[in-house]
Amino acid sequence: MCLAVPGRVLDIEDRDGTRMATVDFGGVVKEVCLEYLPDLEVGEYAIVHVGFALQRLDEESARQTLELFAELGMLQEEFGDAWEMAAQEAGTVPVEEVRNQ
Amino acid sequence: MKYIDEFQDPELARRLLDDIHATVTRPWALMEVCGGQTHSIIRHGLDQLLPDKVELIHGPGCPVCVTPLEVIDKALEIASRPGVIFCSFGDMLRVPGTGRDLFQVRGEGGDVRVVYSPLDALRIAQQNPDREVVFFGIGFETTAPPNAMTVHQARKLGIPNFSMLVSHVRVPPAIEAIMSSPSCRVQGFLAAGHVCSVMGVEEYPELAERFRVPIVVTGFEPLDILEGVRRAVRQLERGEHTVDNAYARAVRPEGNPAARAMLEDVFEVTDRAWRGIGVIPDSGWRLSPKYRDHDAEHRFSVGGIRTEEPAQCRSGEVLQGLLKPHECEAFGTLCTPRTPLGATMVSSEGACAAYYLYRRLDLPAGKAREASPVV
Ligand code: SF4
Repeated sequence: MCLAVPGRVLDIEDRDGTRMATVDFGGVVKEVCLEYLPDLEVGEYAIVHVGFALQRLDEESARQTLELFAELGMLQEEFGDAWEMAAQEAGTVPVEEVRNQ
Repeated sequence: MKYIDEFQDPELARRLLDDIHATVTRPWALMEVCGGQTHSIIRHGLDQLLPDKVELIHGPGCPVCVTPLEVIDKALEIASRPGVIFCSFGDMLRVPGTGRDLFQVRGEGGDVRVVYSPLDALRIAQQNPDREVVFFGIGFETTAPPNAMTVHQARKLGIPNFSMLVSHVRVPPAIEAIMSSPSCRVQGFLAAGHVCSVMGVEEYPELAERFRVPIVVTGFEPLDILEGVRRAVRQLERGEHTVDNAYARAVRPEGNPAARAMLEDVFEVTDRAWRGIGVIPDSGWRLSPKYRDHDAEHRFSVGGIRTEEPAQCRSGEVLQGLLKPHECEAFGTLCTPRTPLGATMVSSEGACAAYYLYRRLDLPAGKAREASPVV
């Protein structure tokens, strides 16, 4: 959770007065808040943590870091289904429930 | 050098290693602060590639591991209340509180939801005005700014049913506590890159000077870590102790000023207990009085909680670099990711988990049989 993952900005829009972006993390696409990096532009890379862009990164470094995180299983940790992972660790089946997100 | 061919750039890795081998004349102990770095080190066998004279000690940099048991128990208590939607990052689900975890609370009917971002929790609050929505706000300086912004937004947008259970921790006071301990063996630090992306490096020169310890800001990739070690060892061999930024592509000296300003506004520095370690002065953040309405501790009275750490768990020593995970009696037998005794085994960034996943062969024969990884 503490690791920030690099991603590429696909598009930017203003939502309820907040600057938000759609960001691609090696195939997983998420909404990201740009309030801490307001001049980030489409096509640029940034280090993103829990839905917030925190620092710019060049493309090459971003790509290498993403590869490493994928290899370490950290992308799965960050974006995978946490309930399934928790259930697997606990050795039980996940409780049936509507997923609310 | 059995792992080196797996490196992004094996040639560069070899050059860095050769340089480190050529530089080292005496034994040195370096601490990598961040749990992500620990995983990278163990996964790539970096500690085995380094000269025997360079020892890497794993630091307390895993937010899930250091969140105090009392706070976990408060979270479990709040999450069990009717009418509450309790939102958390996924890696807190299986962190053991006293007797149970969030995963079990949900099994018992608690409305526990996993979110990717704290803003998701705020949205859930907007969509459920008749419910109390509580977000579990833990983490280091990397996670604190997103959480700060979320509380700020809740106040700005007037979302009264949103509150946060805050237990943030700060790295520099932890470094100070580690260096001040009489049993400390650490002679140099690899500082956590992403923490510095936010905070910059301004807090470090004073620590480097006071404890005469080199602090090298370091990233997570194997090559980053080797470069961090190389720079730290160079300084030590020369008798220097400065702050050096080996992760300049992601860390500017001033960090992220907008994020730092928000931290100042929303949080105030407080003493904080670290799980297994104890109270470290000024090592945490809590919500400042201005945001009290959104403070879950204030909104739900969850005092009087009695906590109980499993006696066998030695994660406090692991977190302070005094013990390697496999030296713990319970490692791989009583304690596995499936039956974790301590948070350092359950967290994806915990040192015990790293050893369990990547170092099973180091286990004594009896233990290795039982220790089959779950991923
Ligand atoms: S192996 Fe388990 S019991 Fe031992 S220190 Fe680590 S988490 Fe605690």
